[in-house]
Amino acid sequence: MTSGVLDSVLTTARVVVVAGSGGVGKTTVSAAIAAQAALDGRRVAVVTIDPAKRLADALGFGAGQPIGNDPVRIPLDGAHGELWALMLDTRSTFDALVDRYSPSTDQAERIRSNLFYRNISGALSGTQEYMAAEKLYELHGDERFDLVVVDTPPTRQALDFLSAPARLRRFIDHPLYRIVIAPSSLGLRAVNAVSQPVLRTIARVVGAQALDDALAFFRAFQGLDAGFRERAHDVDRVLHEATTKYVVVTSAQAEPVAEAGFFISELESQGVGTSLVVANRLMPDFGSADDVSYDSPDPLRENLRELTAERHAEELVLLPLRTRLAQTPWISVELVAELLDERHDTLAAIRRLGSVLGTSD
Amino acid sequence: MDPRRFMSASRVFIVAGKGGVGKSTVAAALVTAARRIGLTALLVETDGKPLMLGGTADAGLSAQTITPSDALAEYLDRSGLGRISRRLISSGIVDVVASASPGIDHLLVLGKVKQLERSKAADVIVVDGPAAGHALTMLRTPRALAESVVVGPIRQQANDVLSMLNDERRCQVVLVTIPEPTPVNEAVETAFALEEDIGVRLAPIVINRVDDHENIPIPDSVSSTSGLVRAARFRNTRIDGHTRCIADLEHRLPLPQLRLPLDTTATIDEHATQLLAAIERLPEPPDAP
Repeated sequence: MTSGVLDSVLTTARVVVVAGSGGVGKTTVSAAIAAQAALDGRRVAVVTIDPAKRLADALGFGAGQPIGNDPVRIPLDGAHGELWALMLDTRSTFDALVDRYSPSTDQAERIRSNLFYRNISGALSGTQEYMAAEKLYELHGDERFDLVVVDTPPTRQALDFLSAPARLRRFIDHPLYRIVIAPSSLGLRAVNAVSQPVLRTIARVVGAQALDDALAFFRAFQGLDAGFRERAHDVDRVLHEATTKYVVVTSAQAEPVAEAGFFISELESQGVGTSLVVANRLMPDFGSADDVSYDSPDPLRENLRELTAERHAEELVLLPLRTRLAQTPWISVELVAELLDERHDTLAAIRRLGSVLGTSD
Repeated sequence: MDPRRFMSASRVFIVAGKGGVGKSTVAAALVTAARRIGLTALLVETDGKPLMLGGTADAGLSAQTITPSDALAEYLDRSGLGRISRRLISSGIVDVVASASPGIDHLLVLGKVKQLERSKAADVIVVDGPAAGHALTMLRTPRALAESVVVGPIRQQANDVLSMLNDERRCQVVLVTIPEPTPVNEAVETAFALEEDIGVRLAPIVINRVDDHENIPIPDSVSSTSGLVRAARFRNTRIDGHTRCIADLEHRLPLPQLRLPLDTTATIDEHATQLLAAIERLPEPPDAP
C-alpha cells in the first residue's frame, strides 16, 4: 500500500472524475489512477467518454478487442484488485433508460424510432454529458466495483454533466412539453401542430418536419417523465457526494492551464471543489547548469541551460494556478521522453505513471 | 512564399486542431501577422474562450466572439421574425426544437462567418474553431443539413455556407498539430475527412512547438548519470521524436508544412514573427504570376 497524495484522495473515494484540456495526457492519467488503485486492491472501473476512443489505445488494446459500453476486465500483473474499462456509448445508455422507464415495450419502441429522439440521443449538447453521469451512477451502484474513474471529453463542456441532471429535469418540465402534453392545451393533439402561431414560428426556424418529430417525441414520452426525474435526482446526488472526487489534469502550456482554471471555477460554482491537480508532462529537473564544472563540453552545458530555462518558463505558467490552489493537493509529473515515441509500451507506461502518482507526496 | 500572397489566398481561414496543440495561439498569431503586413484582420472565436491578440489594437485588428444563441437571434432578426421569436429563444423552446435538426447551432455560427465574409468585414478573417473532433462535426453540418432538409431558410443557409466552404478563394482550413504521434495521427485523419467529406481546401499545415535543435553529441568522458548527460539524452530523444513525426506527417499528408519553433516564452507578437518567417520559407507555388 502506498501512502502518498493520491492514496489520501482515493481512500475515501468511490468515484473519481478526471477533467482537463485535450493533449495533457488526461486519458493516460485516468488509466494510471485506475491501475494504481487496482494494484492496491480496489475493484476499479475506468470509463472514457472521449469520442477519440483513446483509452483503448492507452490500455494497449488491439483492434480485435474493443472496449465497449460494458466493462471489460483488463489483465494487470500483480494487482490485488481488479481493473475494468469501458467506453461510453451515449445512445445505447439513453436507450437503456428509455426501456427501463417505459410502461410498455410498444412505447419504448415508439420513442426509440422517433427521429427527434434519435437526434437528441446522439447529438443534443448535454446529452453525452448526462449519459456519462448516468453511466457513472450505474457503475457506482454496480457491486462488482468499489471505485469508478471517469475520463471526460476534452472540451469546455466536459463538466456539463454536473448540471446535466438539472438540465434534463428542465427539459422534462419544458414549456413546449407542457403545451403538447397538458390536457388543457387546446386539444393540440387533434390539430396540425404548425397551425399554432407559436409553433409556426418555431417551424420557420427549424423546419416543419423537425417540429413534427419533436412533438411526436414529447407525446410518446408521456408517462416516462416521473421515472426520469427521479433518476436525475439520484444521479445529481452521487455527483455531489463527498466520496466523489474531482481531479484536474494540466500540462504547463498556457492554453491547458487556462482551461484547468476554467474547470476549477466550474467545480467551485457547482460546490464540489477540486481534490487533486496533476501537472503532467513537465520538463524534468536535471540539476543546475551552474553546478557543472567548467571543463564540461559546451554543447552539453548549453543544452542543460536551455532545458532549465524551459522548466522555469513552465513553472511561471503554472504559478497562478499553484497560488490559487495552495491548499489543494498537487502532483507534478515529469515527462518521460520515451512517451514521445509511438513505439513505447503503453500499459507499462500507465503502470509507471500510476506508480509515480502513487508515491508522490 | 510572399506572406501577402499566402494571406490573400482566401478571405476566411478556419483554424482547427486538437486541444493543447496551441490552436488559439496560432489563430491569434495569424491575424496579428496579417495586420503586420498591412491587411485588416478579424479574429473570430467560437469556443467561448477568452480572446488574445498581439500588436496594438487598432481599427484594422479586431476580435469577436460568436455564440450559437447570438447567431440564432441575428438570424431570426434577418428572417424578419418579430419579438415573439426572441421570447421563444429566451424561454429555451427554440433550443430544444433546434436539437431536432442536430447541428443547427453549428450552421448558424458558420452562417454568421459567411455573412462576415460576404460583407468583407476584414481582408483576413481567422476563425478559431472548436477542438479537432468538434471542428469536423461543425464543418460537416452544412452538407448534412443541405441533404436532409428539403426546403426553407435552413436549406438555403446550408447551401450558402457550403458554397463558401467549397470555394478555396473564400475559405480554407489551417490544421494545427504538434510533432507527437497522437496529434499527428489525428491531424492526418482530420485532413482526409475535411477534404473528402466536406470538400474544403486545406492551407499549409502548422506544426507547432518543433524542437529544431541539432542532436547534442555526448562524449564518453562525461559520467552517464550526470545531469548534463541525462539532459542531453532527453533533448536528443525529443529531437529524434519530432524529426520522425514530421517526416511521418510529410509522408502521409501531402501538404506544405509551416514549422513553428518550440518557444515556451514567446508572446503572440513573437509567434506572429515566427509564423511570417515560416511562410516566407514556403516555396512559391508553381502557378505564381
